[in-house]
Amino acid sequence: MEKKKIGVYVCHCGGNISDYVDVEKVRQAIEDEGGVMLAKTTMFACSDSNQKEMVDDIKNNDLNGVVVASCSPKLHLTTFGNVSERAGLNKYNYVHANIREQDSWAHSDDKPGATEKAILLVRAAIAKARLTESLEPNKIVAQKAVAIIGGGVAGMKAAIELSNMDCPVYIIEKEFFIGGRVSQWGAMFTTNETGKEVVTRLYNDMIKRANVTVFTGAEVVTNVGSIGDFKLKVKITPRYVKEKCDRGKLQQAIDACPVEVPDEFNFKITNRKAIYHNFPSEYPQAAVIDMNNCTRCGKCEPICDNIDFSQKEEILDIHVGSVLMATGFDPYTPHDGEFGYNEIGNVVTLPQFKRMIELSGKKLRYKGKNVKNIAYIYCVGSRQEEGGNTYCSRYCCTSAIHASLLVKKKFPDVYNYHFNRGIRTYGKQESLYYDSSAQGDIYLQAYEDALPVVSWNGSKTIVKINDILTGGREMEVEADLVVLVTGMVPRADNSVGTLFKLPKGRDKFFNEIHMKLRPVETFIDGVTISGACQGPKNIMESVNSALSAATKSYSYVSKGELETEPIVAVVNPDSCAWCNACSEACPFDAISMTKDGTKSIAMINNSVCKGCGMCLPVCPTDALELIAYSNNEIESMIDALAHD
Amino acid sequence: MAEKIRKSAKILVFSTEKISDPAIDMAGLLKLHYPPTVYTITLPCSSGIKSRWILHAYEKGFDGVFIAADGSDCVFGESCTEKTGEVVSRTHQLMKQKGIEPARLKMAAICSVCSESFVKQIKSFNEYLLKNTNS
Ligand SMILES: Cc1cc2nc3c(=O)[nH]c(=O)nc-3n(C[C@H](O)[C@H](O)[C@H](O)COP(=O)(O)OP(=O)(O)OC[C@H]3O[C@@H](n4cnc5c(N)ncnc54)[C@H](O)[C@@H]3O)c2cc1C
Ligand code: SF4
Ligand code: SF4
Repeated sequence: MEKKKIGVYVCHCGGNISDYVDVEKVRQAIEDEGGVMLAKTTMFACSDSNQKEMVDDIKNNDLNGVVVASCSPKLHLTTFGNVSERAGLNKYNYVHANIREQDSWAHSDDKPGATEKAILLVRAAIAKARLTESLEPNKIVAQKAVAIIGGGVAGMKAAIELSNMDCPVYIIEKEFFIGGRVSQWGAMFTTNETGKEVVTRLYNDMIKRANVTVFTGAEVVTNVGSIGDFKLKVKITPRYVKEKCDRGKLQQAIDACPVEVPDEFNFKITNRKAIYHNFPSEYPQAAVIDMNNCTRCGKCEPICDNIDFSQKEEILDIHVGSVLMATGFDPYTPHDGEFGYNEIGNVVTLPQFKRMIELSGKKLRYKGKNVKNIAYIYCVGSRQEEGGNTYCSRYCCTSAIHASLLVKKKFPDVYNYHFNRGIRTYGKQESLYYDSSAQGDIYLQAYEDALPVVSWNGSKTIVKINDILTGGREMEVEADLVVLVTGMVPRADNSVGTLFKLPKGRDKFFNEIHMKLRPVETFIDGVTISGACQGPKNIMESVNSALSAATKSYSYVSKGELETEPIVAVVNPDSCAWCNACSEACPFDAISMTKDGTKSIAMINNSVCKGCGMCLPVCPTDALELIAYSNNEIESMIDALAHD
Repeated sequence: MAEKIRKSAKILVFSTEKISDPAIDMAGLLKLHYPPTVYTITLPCSSGIKSRWILHAYEKGFDGVFIAADGSDCVFGESCTEKTGEVVSRTHQLMKQKGIEPARLKMAAICSVCSESFVKQIKSFNEYLLKNTNS
């Protein structure tokens, strides 16, 4: 390695650092350290003038190592890395020392102690800078196409956006129909546009595009490869009915089918046949035979020519550079007895209630009885105690209130009672809360430690609460229908996440890298997330994130070539004896076996390795190192810090 | 162990870039004080710490090593907690073999906003170490 010539800059940060740390003393203490060629203090290291001075210093003195001791690296690691690059020095030769957040501020009660600590922190940074090497990003070829998993509003919007950018798209939808949950809702907040209208608009725009290919009844079964080069195998389950179909005969065939099963589209409040369709709400407007329930009795076959039991399952190979996840959510299912669910006859969930409003005629009836008093119980499955779903599901306050407005408009003789925990109709949605109060709806409120109780007194369903809005008075309502305002939970079958090794958050939804600054990227390079698979979202929020995810996915594939971080694990072939321990420890399958002459050794796939280092400590022969965190680097930093 | 009487113990903290280091930063921002003889080396993930680095720190005179672990927030996946735990138990074994008191290595999950918890843990670790090093 060529001899190091290091420049060190110790920052005052106005007085944020120098009020507590004697920066001149620090400078003097390190100026004679091995490898240090120049050592300066500066009022603001990040100022334009100092950055320019650093560029000049690096160029004029041919520096090949730089240390800045200033605020947290979270703020300026990139800034000073870029300064180095502007001076022609590879940014990996830059080392940051945090003497503000982790020194001057933390030890403002002990100035001499803070100064001593700063000296050691800067020495440790210099020790590392003596060992740094220039690193180049790994370059890989990127396939210009994106796979979108899930064809709800998020998936469709992302497809349209990518298509606009001239990027081929494959939509892989598990169900036989495109549209997702939105196709299940009738009139929606806040504009009363129906789910069908929204889905129809998106579908018609998407389906006419030559560069969008839509697969329904489709599921990713394997995934190999990584960013730029995902090779997916997609299983296509046949519908057993040709898409072009004579509607009249189809209906006769459906009528002839003897099998009836609960209809998931209506959240099981109605039944459907084994041969069924979901139009007019969902697309394509074709029928399907549900083979899990079809008895192959053959009664439908002679009626309609388009029924085709000879269709076979297919496996397709799809090759893309990026994957955009848009698999959505499931509504929370209350457990038996939760607020009377499944135990008291007239307790339903909000999704069921939405379908009831959609399907009902002139009277609102449930199980043959007229419904007059409706009790809504909020936050069911959301805002639970630690250990449960502690998050707020965001959509549900607004949706329940919107439903109460709809129901009152359609059936003026109903009364709405809202048993809530504090209403969260944020932003523009607040006007609905106002409208509902104005129409005479009653709001009763409780804290989480004294939730309302639903009981059956032998003839009626009673909902009881100690209402905190009236000083804790006990109130009760005789309810003809109890609507549990259920929240959102991750899809019960989220195995597709495991296939891509997507990290999940504490709430078990797919997790972004940074909630505020990198909200659609995941730790799996090349895989973005959008819509409600990431956490509760309404349509606007789902579409916003879909647009961001589309742009991000496009940025991975648009140039046909990609650069990935050079900080990866490396194997020392002399000490590795291929025991397989590292490959088992790697959470990203980045390690495999290769041959070094006749010897088997571990090999790291640089485009898959995330540089976490999980493989390092498990190696019995210490054959693995992480670039930029080598034994030499870490131990020389420890040596510097240990020095009293 | 240290021969001279110390006001505070010398502690090496292994923090993680995305999770625990931001918490330690925030402790400073909130002016939550802890001894200035606590030094941090930041790594991508707490499950990647080698036992030899920890042992090296004791050899060079550190009184204690504190692993500010990612816990369940780890960006590299759920297995981090278990793997960091394994790092600690493996190192405890090696410490015993070398006659180093295992309690001089401590681990706690520090989430990205757990500044108070970090300071509380580090202070009590410091007290424990002082009692043992100065006695
Ligand atoms: C009762 C209720 C009422 C609502 N009312 C409103 C409203 O009035 N206004 C509003 O703005 N929002 C409303 N919402 C919220 C709205 O439903 C969501 O914002 C929206 O559905 C999110 O869209 P999405 O595409 O992310 O997910 P989804 O709609 O869940 O779509 C995901 C799609 O991915 C598919 N999929 C899942 N897993 C896989 C897999 N492994 N492989 C392939 N495909 C897969 C699914 O089949 C589905 O088609 C309501 C929600 C509920 C529960
Ligand atoms: S949106 Fe309202 S009902 Fe839904 S969880 Fe949040 S507070 Fe509860
Ligand atoms: S753990 Fe070490 S010895 Fe075993 S295969 Fe991996 S690098 Fe080789």
